[in-house]
Amino acid sequence: MTHTLMNFVPATPEIILLVIICATLLVAAFVRANSQACYVIAQAGLVLTALSVVHTFIYADSGMSAMAFRGMFVLDHLAVVLKVLTLVVVFFTLLFSRAYNNDRDMPRNEYYLLALLSTLGMMILTSAHNLLTIYMGLELFSLPTFAMVAIQRQSFRGVEAGLKYCIVSAVGSGLLLYGFSFLFGVSGSLDLNVIAHRIVMGHVTVDPLLSMALVFVVAGIAFKLGVVPFQMWVPDVYDGAPTSTTLFIAAAPKLAAFAMLVRLLIGAMPSLHANWQVLLIILAILSMAVGNFSAIMQTNIKRLLAYSSIAHMGYMLLGLIAGTPSGYSASLFYVMSYAIMTVAGFGVLLLMNRQGCEVTELDDLSGLGSRSPWLAFVMLLVVFSMAGVPPLLGFIAKVQLLEALIHSNYVWLVVLTLLFSVVGMYYYLRIVQRMYFQDAKSDLPAISYRLDAGVGITINGLVVLLVGIFPNALYTLALHAFVM
Amino acid sequence: MTHLPLLSILIWLPVLAAMPLYLMHKRMADNEARWFALIVALVCFGLSIFMYANFDTTTAKMQLVEYLPWVPSLGLHYYLGVDGISMPLVALSAFTTLIIVLASWTMVSHKVPQYLATFLVMQGTVIGVFTSLDGMLFYFFWEAMLIPMYLSIGVWGMANRTYAAIKFFLYTFFGSVLMLAVLLYLHSKTGTFNILDFYTIDFSLSEQIWIFFGFFLAFAVKIPMWPFHTWLPDAHTEAPTGGSVILAALMLKLGGYGFLRFSLPIVPDACHYLSWFMIILSLLAIVYIAFVALSQTDMKKLIAYSSIAHMGFVTLGCFLINVIIIHTGNVSDAHLSLEGAMVQMISHAFGSGAMFLGFGAVYVQMKTRNIHDFGGIAKTMPIFSAFFMLFAMSNVGLPGTSGFVGEFMVILSSFKASFWATFLAASSLVVGAAYTLWMVKRVFFGPVTNAGVEALQDIRGADVISFVLLAAMVLVLGFYPQLLLKVFQPTISHLLDLSLQSRLL
Repeated sequence: MTHTLMNFVPATPEIILLVIICATLLVAAFVRANSQACYVIAQAGLVLTALSVVHTFIYADSGMSAMAFRGMFVLDHLAVVLKVLTLVVVFFTLLFSRAYNNDRDMPRNEYYLLALLSTLGMMILTSAHNLLTIYMGLELFSLPTFAMVAIQRQSFRGVEAGLKYCIVSAVGSGLLLYGFSFLFGVSGSLDLNVIAHRIVMGHVTVDPLLSMALVFVVAGIAFKLGVVPFQMWVPDVYDGAPTSTTLFIAAAPKLAAFAMLVRLLIGAMPSLHANWQVLLIILAILSMAVGNFSAIMQTNIKRLLAYSSIAHMGYMLLGLIAGTPSGYSASLFYVMSYAIMTVAGFGVLLLMNRQGCEVTELDDLSGLGSRSPWLAFVMLLVVFSMAGVPPLLGFIAKVQLLEALIHSNYVWLVVLTLLFSVVGMYYYLRIVQRMYFQDAKSDLPAISYRLDAGVGITINGLVVLLVGIFPNALYTLALHAFVM
Repeated sequence: MTHLPLLSILIWLPVLAAMPLYLMHKRMADNEARWFALIVALVCFGLSIFMYANFDTTTAKMQLVEYLPWVPSLGLHYYLGVDGISMPLVALSAFTTLIIVLASWTMVSHKVPQYLATFLVMQGTVIGVFTSLDGMLFYFFWEAMLIPMYLSIGVWGMANRTYAAIKFFLYTFFGSVLMLAVLLYLHSKTGTFNILDFYTIDFSLSEQIWIFFGFFLAFAVKIPMWPFHTWLPDAHTEAPTGGSVILAALMLKLGGYGFLRFSLPIVPDACHYLSWFMIILSLLAIVYIAFVALSQTDMKKLIAYSSIAHMGFVTLGCFLINVIIIHTGNVSDAHLSLEGAMVQMISHAFGSGAMFLGFGAVYVQMKTRNIHDFGGIAKTMPIFSAFFMLFAMSNVGLPGTSGFVGEFMVILSSFKASFWATFLAASSLVVGAAYTLWMVKRVFFGPVTNAGVEALQDIRGADVISFVLLAAMVLVLGFYPQLLLKVFQPTISHLLDLSLQSRLL
């Protein structure tokens, strides 16, 4: 296809996913409320879309970046890696959520439909190459999640969390749009490449309008990532939402938000590196501090994991601060490993949930070592990986970030990060302590889970261990996204 | 040169063997697990004896080298090798694990397969630390070892185990994170993580001092040096017997090994500049901690503090070298000092490990650590008391036991450096004799004090075998230390050369 026509071949996976969504919508309208048909279609659709992403990139575009829709949509290496991982992460999310949703009599068909819509939004956001497409992807991925958070209408906490999430997200999107309007005003175009070019050409010193644009854009992204000082929604929403939704919004959206961060900061404003680096340093240090120190006090495991995810987003920003391609790759690797760890962590919580027994408090994990040794072992791997202890994935991810920082002469930031990691160690150890050093409360039902979920959590846990020992394959994928 | 990948087998065989033990723990009988672990431990011990016997004692080069790419995109390599310093420590690790597995017949009775799995994994990771020649691989094993140790204290430990386990983990983790920063910094200066390549770079003095402190924190917490020692008494008192033995015998040596492998050769000028700082800290450990041990009523805490005091001799030996050279200019005197530090590490492992094992043999029957609850044990457990007396004498430093050799060598060389340092170190030997003999008197001698002591059964079976092995090591090293000394002479000479160079920018 030549560029005079609207080239849409790179967008084939999104088109396929849209067709699947329509099919799910129709099926959901006509089947019984407790049928598993939507689940099966959703999972099959996710697998098909993932295969199609890889296929499109390799065969249709011969492994090179390709633009679609006159440059509004790009399918480059970064997009492929993040999209495939997003689809895999959502696949595992739905896999672990199935039993939980069934037990709580949540409107499941709608749940899978909203999840697929949100995934489509994430895919569009990952591939966006134009301010308008970015915003469209962002809204498409956020709006269904508001509904997913509040999906249990009878639950007061769920509705409260949904409302909080909705209002805070609206403010965030508003800030982002405001920043976009300044960017458009400065450069006269919505296309990221053109913006970058015009910023370099037209401005030797930083125009006040341009710095306003930068600040508002970074603020809007920071809302979505959940970094300090825009992190207020994270603990409340993670806690109030049903655990399956918490898993959904904790893992996959961070990948898409990272893509947005990269496209806007590195794609559209690379020459302003020195300016947004300062902003990111402040965000990173505050996030690591607030996330780690606040989590120490928590007794609710979902809030604890929420604060820990704030800290992790702080760590992730470090690679972008380093400013080198290896730093960007390190950030990409970190957000990928964060997604994998988070799916496993919340997955264990979901598998522990049975009829009427909600796992929310740290003490609900007591004695997991004897109640379900395998789940406890997976949780052990996940917890130590989040803390950054070898031989697990989180360690090697952190090492790469620190190495990139040292090469950019940020030794003080490395020392600060390591000290925050030690603080963070404390609450992760408390999880291990509850699981293995304490005995189970006697009146709890036995933990049982379906075979497919068990296989899923096993694969997830083993990935955390084995990719931690042999990270080369995944790291090379991350490296190729930024080192051409 | 092609050879059997002995080091990889010693690392991974225990780790892989731990997996069936853990996965099948519900279906395995306790004794099946013990025999399985014993066979693995014996295989590793046999291999380490083979390695010891075939070790080339004429060269300081790394032997049994294995070099494979591990993460090519980051420049990390799976680079293993042993020289005169690390080889005896690897053999020590295999020996200690054998002792712990033998001890599991009597000293652990719940969750036995998982207990053995945890200690096998620990053996693998500890050997990994001693044999790594790639900085990131070293750090990888160094931290990985914390997980099984934390679990062993927390699951099988005593009443206050949660506090002790978290304290142990956080303290040690805090110490080692700055080492990660230093290793990454060294990598950025040389472009490689190969530890042997770090020996060739020049730094300015202030850079060297920062690097020294980065390493110092990690190793000082591990050894432990005063004032970073407060985690050890808690960890020892709350750990199960196997945990205490491995903590005393192996984990403490990691710190000493770290000083020898990293601090002395990489930043020799900083070591020179900070010699008196380190010597004073070591003397504080030796003298002050000895007095603290004298005041203990908890038997395990007493042995723990005596452990810290004995490790003070190791750091003293390591850092006297520059002061000796200033005073006498004679390299062989400094050589004696480093050799003393090495021997003290090995002999302390046997002595302290044996004493903790002995304590475990009593604790499993009496369930108390308070010295006042004991008394007259020699009457009801004569064989055990004879062994414990030997180990106590080694702790005191009686000639003929291994405890004498290391301390004597260090004190002899410190005499060349400074009279007052020698006076303080040697006088602490008197305090050492005081607390050890007083403890032995209160616990073993005298009349039988209570019904608990009367009901004690003497050791038999697997425990006797462990004690015989440990006693043999203590006596052989005490009477013929040349067996050990000949192994590391060339390596120590080479290390001394590296440590006495000036590598200022």
